[in-house]
Amino acid sequence: MRAVITVIGKDKVGIIARVSRELAELGVNILDISQTIMQDLFTMTMLVDVSGCTRPFGELAGIFSAVGQELGLDIRIQHEDLFHSMHRI
Amino acid sequence: MLKNTEILETIKMISEEHLDIRTITMGISLADCASDDQKTLCDRIYDKVTTRAAHLVKTAEDIQAEYGIPIINKRISVTPISLVAASVRNASDYIAVARALDRAAEATGVNFIGGFSALVHKGATDSDERLIRSIPEALAVTERVCSSVNVATTKTGINMDAVAEMGRIIKATAERTAVRDGFGCAKLVVFANAVEDNPFMAGAFHGVGEPETVINVGVSGPGVVKCALEKVKGAEFGTVSDTIKHTAFKITRMGQLVAREASRRLDVPFGIVDLSLAPTPAIGDSVAHILEEMGLARCGAHGTTAALALLNDAVKKGGIMATSYVGGLSGAFIPVSEDAGMIDAVTCGALSLEKLEAMTCVCSVGLDMICVPGDTTAETISAIIADEAAIGTINNKTTAVRIIPAPGKQVGDTVEFGGLLGTGPVMAVSSFDSAAFIRRGGRIPAPIHSLRN
Repeated sequence: MRAVITVIGKDKVGIIARVSRELAELGVNILDISQTIMQDLFTMTMLVDVSGCTRPFGELAGIFSAVGQELGLDIRIQHEDLFHSMHRI
Repeated sequence: MLKNTEILETIKMISEEHLDIRTITMGISLADCASDDQKTLCDRIYDKVTTRAAHLVKTAEDIQAEYGIPIINKRISVTPISLVAASVRNASDYIAVARALDRAAEATGVNFIGGFSALVHKGATDSDERLIRSIPEALAVTERVCSSVNVATTKTGINMDAVAEMGRIIKATAERTAVRDGFGCAKLVVFANAVEDNPFMAGAFHGVGEPETVINVGVSGPGVVKCALEKVKGAEFGTVSDTIKHTAFKITRMGQLVAREASRRLDVPFGIVDLSLAPTPAIGDSVAHILEEMGLARCGAHGTTAALALLNDAVKKGGIMATSYVGGLSGAFIPVSEDAGMIDAVTCGALSLEKLEAMTCVCSVGLDMICVPGDTTAETISAIIADEAAIGTINNKTTAVRIIPAPGKQVGDTVEFGGLLGTGPVMAVSSFDSAAFIRRGGRIPAPIHSLRN
């Protein structure tokens, strides 16, 4: 199963490192990363494969929300189908 | 492959523009719970509701966590209780059933359970009459039970005896809940052309044509539509309509996804997605503000009915291809107390009851969450219901009245309901008397265009 991670907020050193470390520890594989600065905001989207994840998928939102709080960013992880259903017929 | 802009658009809708799934509502048939013994009846109802809906709230919470889309309400609708309880004899039996429903709702964790209802558009059975008489007490002694009564359809005309009775029942319900400013009336809807698969409260019930259990989903997103329209400021109406359609499509696709997923996980058939724009009192979640974005200084100004007609139509056109089955009430809701823009419009004198009545000709339902002075007579309330029922029957649409004659309150006062039910400014009603009209009783015949066979 694949999911989309979005990280939005003020840029600082080590955001990608911190998020990637968390993903590695959880056994989540990164498939694609895109990162840019939009309107002064750090904006990153990641496509990840959670099939090897060591924790139930439902718990990941809480885990990454906590990482987001630690970094002062908004971090979400959502099932990929949400975006496909909205933007693809 | 998804584009970044698409992903970020969805995130913005959820995080800044109040996109959410307004409700997942499980419909449950209680037809097999009937008994002439009160305790047996109540036990069967409690057991069936708590068994069938045991995993509803947990499943909705799981979907919310995994998809990152807020699911605001989890609710249950049941077979109209006047049918289920037809074999018991006393008014107290109906109160016992209401309490059983309330306990079942609490046990399953839902915030409302709808279906303390009667369908009396052509006439009332003995059970219908007993249920209707028990509504004031039932709504006073329970927290989560919602009640609705259908008094008219296009096919049958308007049951004016029931219209007269509901005026008295609404007054009695307000009096029974006077310490909470007539809060009971916020859980009571009088319908014309009620639908069997409505997921929204307080008017939801599980119709007799429905399966054993069903999942119906109501979507929302007035804020998303408002933000989309901000990007086409001053554009002509074709562009306005297209923008609303595109947005409604995206919103409805969320609803379809969640409905399918909830249906699969709960192993309960998927019924419909209700394509509604349902406001909340939160800033940025208002239907009135969409109308104002189209160029009206305030909701209620001349042009409001046209703006609402465009909005209502475009929402349906945009949403219809996004889901396999459309149903419920589908359209734009215009509740006053639940919409920050409507509240402001009433408070500043831009929006009157008469204008709201005109708007109900083109919105999804009717006069919703309207507070009127506590000394409004039962006959005047009945006459307001009759007007709405006439609009519904003649125009082949659902209309409804959810009105709160707040005890002790006058025009200019406000009533605080709290939560999603919001804050209601007390609105003026006509001071001219309709009592002799209401006293006539009987039925207003079905309109000529009902004869379509």
